[in-house]
Amino acid sequence: MSFSLDPCLPLGTLEGGWERIQKRLPSIPLGKKNELLVVVVGGGLAGSSVAATLAEQGFQVKLITYQDSPRRSHSVAAQGGINAAKKMREDDCDGVNALFVDTVRGGDFRAREAGCRRLAEISSSIIDQCVAQGIPFARDYNGLLSTRRFGGALVSRTFYARGQTGQQLLYGAYQSLMRQVAKRRVELLPRRDVIEFIKLNGVIKGVVSRNLLNGDLEVYRAHAVILATGGYSNVYFLSTNSIKSNASAIWRAHKQGAFFANPSFTQIHPTCIPLGGDYQSKLTLMSESLRNDGRIWLPKQNHDKRDPSDISESERDYFLERLYPSYGNMVPRDVASRRAKELCDLGFGVGHDGRSVYLDFHDAIQRKGSQEIKSKYGNLLEMYERITGEDPLSTPMRIYPAPHYSMGGLWVDYNLMSTLPGLFVLGEANCTVHGANRLGANALLQCLADGYFIAPSSINSWLAGQTFLTTSREMEDACQDALESAKERIDNLINVRGDIPVDTLHRELGELMIKRCGIIRNESGLLAGLEEVRLLTQKFHQQVRIPSDIDCPNPELEKALRVADFLELAHLMLIDALSRKESCGAHFREEYQTTEGEAMRDDENYSHIAAWEYVRGSASIKHLENLSFSLLPLNKRSYK
Amino acid sequence: MTNISLNFRIWRQRLQSSKGQFKDYSLKDISTDLSLLEALDKLNEELIKKGDRPINFDHDCREGICGSCGFLVNGQPHGPKDATTICQLYVRNFRDQSTLTLEPWKAKAFPIIQDLVVDRSSLDRLIMSGGYCSDDVGNAPDANLLKVSQKDAFSSFQTATCIGCGACIASCRNASASLFVAAKLAHLGQLPQGQLLRSKRTSQMKRQMVSENFGSCSNNLDCEAACPKEISANWISWMNHEDC
Ligand SMILES: Cc1cc2nc3c(=O)[nH]c(=O)nc-3n(C[C@H](O)[C@H](O)[C@H](O)COP(=O)(O)OP(=O)(O)OC[C@H]3O[C@@H](n4cnc5c(N)ncnc54)[C@H](O)[C@@H]3O)c2cc1C
Ligand code: FES
Repeated sequence: MSFSLDPCLPLGTLEGGWERIQKRLPSIPLGKKNELLVVVVGGGLAGSSVAATLAEQGFQVKLITYQDSPRRSHSVAAQGGINAAKKMREDDCDGVNALFVDTVRGGDFRAREAGCRRLAEISSSIIDQCVAQGIPFARDYNGLLSTRRFGGALVSRTFYARGQTGQQLLYGAYQSLMRQVAKRRVELLPRRDVIEFIKLNGVIKGVVSRNLLNGDLEVYRAHAVILATGGYSNVYFLSTNSIKSNASAIWRAHKQGAFFANPSFTQIHPTCIPLGGDYQSKLTLMSESLRNDGRIWLPKQNHDKRDPSDISESERDYFLERLYPSYGNMVPRDVASRRAKELCDLGFGVGHDGRSVYLDFHDAIQRKGSQEIKSKYGNLLEMYERITGEDPLSTPMRIYPAPHYSMGGLWVDYNLMSTLPGLFVLGEANCTVHGANRLGANALLQCLADGYFIAPSSINSWLAGQTFLTTSREMEDACQDALESAKERIDNLINVRGDIPVDTLHRELGELMIKRCGIIRNESGLLAGLEEVRLLTQKFHQQVRIPSDIDCPNPELEKALRVADFLELAHLMLIDALSRKESCGAHFREEYQTTEGEAMRDDENYSHIAAWEYVRGSASIKHLENLSFSLLPLNKRSYK
Repeated sequence: MTNISLNFRIWRQRLQSSKGQFKDYSLKDISTDLSLLEALDKLNEELIKKGDRPINFDHDCREGICGSCGFLVNGQPHGPKDATTICQLYVRNFRDQSTLTLEPWKAKAFPIIQDLVVDRSSLDRLIMSGGYCSDDVGNAPDANLLKVSQKDAFSSFQTATCIGCGACIASCRNASASLFVAAKLAHLGQLPQGQLLRSKRTSQMKRQMVSENFGSCSNNLDCEAACPKEISANWISWMNHEDC
């Protein structure tokens, strides 16, 4: 039976709602906190920050990550910056409202308004916290924090540390975490994959992890489990994410009863280095901040093979500036990606396979000098040159959209708790504020809002009701069940003894998903995708080959467990994309567009978050969280 | 796009406790546009199809920022190119028919795990011993109250870019962690936020270096040459002048 979900929103006005809620949270005496144990899965921005903060408050924490150190988490790769509505000067206007409005509009009215409001309200304290930790943000001539402008925004409110903002923010969180490890308030459990959950009477009581060094299956019990395991763009095989980023923890939780929200909402980022060759293992992002100074264009003539320097100004089509005069190159990501793909499909694309567009710094260099451009984007320009062998200051960069971010994730209420009591989900792994399209520089903000401020408060209402760890017979059985189910999955995979390596099958999955459920989707393609995923899943379980060593590191087995989960997730993504018969944000259904080719929302029927319930042996059930907007009228997004 | 062939001598060791040895492999006719790790992926696919155990190496971001990857290529940490991690090396950086010897970091503080993978948790313990600013969440003052000059912010940032890969240690004949520790001390020590506890941080991190079995620095500067983030060894002398 399908029902409406209750997100537990604050009563009264949206403004200040979070502050009011916090005042009413139960306070747990320190003596009791010391006895409450929280397992955090993931050591990225969200995981490291929440683990450090909970430990500071006196809780016992264990942090599990598949990497050898939390500092390696994928957050480290974030380049451009972090948004915040921080008042920099006396006469600055109300930045909180502007950030809130841009977040809701950027997400095309498919995110929960109260969450977006809270994000904007907390944002300023996050910058304070990060500066106190010693994050070396860029400064202006007066020694004050400096900002830059990001896509989907008309104001400059993105704080940055060159092109390595994620790295610096992660090290700040990691260092706070290590301070708590030193105080023995956090136990680090690296090189472990969480592959199953322990559930007793419908409540999450712990996790099962696989020790990646010796293959042992280990049980970790807890009063609450927090998942901060990042996004699932690797369902497309080639993406801007780290190679090992995966959906396994959230997918396993989904199979235990956590609802999965808007799984098909994935962001394809417009500015990435185009595909080079066959064995390529990942796509590299060029931060969107480059769009501040770079102008995107294509030749006006299709199939124009000339060198860009031979194409005169009048023969160039600065298509984003032409189509969207007020935002120009700074339109949101979904719009920029779709327009680039459409033109490439029509034969206007450049590069060896006609699948890229130019991002040109020529005018900015004329205006500001190459030194300034270099100092602003130094490492990005070097990275581009290293990969392509071309100097972007003399020849225009070539870019193309690539899978980048998952707005979808496990459904959580306003307190960040999933539909499984005791299981909280933070960061990219949840589905909260980004709606159908994430605003640039809002992901880092959301991770830190979740980790430093929201979860450490909201989790108190859950933990206040917890007592000692159960050691009953029932609990022993629950642990045993979880262990057995994990062991069975591993045995089944190893026993296939087929002849196809995991990567080959993963690549196949990626190709079909980008084609069927990528930048542009339609009903017949999605239906075909479902059949293709079904066949590929069969092939995987009949033909995959995994070396049989289980007592030592076995990276192929790690990959196989992840790809098995990606295959199941891919199925749900297609179902979700099929059932949303409208276009919104990054979900562009060809059938639903305006005459100008813009996304056509259907607010009457689809102003909701679709949260899917897993049902063993039959079709998933869709539940709805209906969205309403009180502070801002539901209008059409326009970046014209 | 051109294709070349490469030969490999790779250190194979199943477990920390087992005996290791070099094994020879070759890859014929591969595109120079592949990264070195993608070439190893390809080699691994061939090994898997033959029923052999694939070669294990650490990696994740494959864009030079997470610090996971790292081994010796012909004796050089992260291979022949300056300011480059292993994952940013491309087949085009090598000559046709050349032989690449790949072996794990060699240092007492980095015990081997399997093949090219080593245990670098000693670096985490160095940070644990004092590599942080100490204030709990919720106590931070308004960030605008702290002014930092552009010059200081940038200099601090440069030392803060250390990715903790361990190349400095692997390149040093004494396996000293001085550059790693100096970079962290300089990152925090150059900012007003890092002044509290500055001397305590220095003494604790230096002490931890010794207890983790890292050697001492004898100014050979190999660390600076190996660092993919080009962190200057001058910071080691800077560290030596820090009070503790
Ligand atoms: C190239 C790139 C650039 C970006 N730039 C920006 C930017 O400029 N601004 C912005 O706001 N956002 C940016 N983003 C997005 C942002 O970086 C991410 O959304 C964010 O860092 C995710 O953080 P997280 O803490 O949720 O997860 P992650 O940092 O991905 O961490 C996940 C953690 O979970 C662990 N883990 C995962 N699965 C398991 C498992 N099964 N068992 C055990 N451990 C597990 C991993 O080991 C890791 O520690 C960028 C993203 C990319 C890819
Ligand atoms: S894999 Fe991340 S730095 Fe090489």
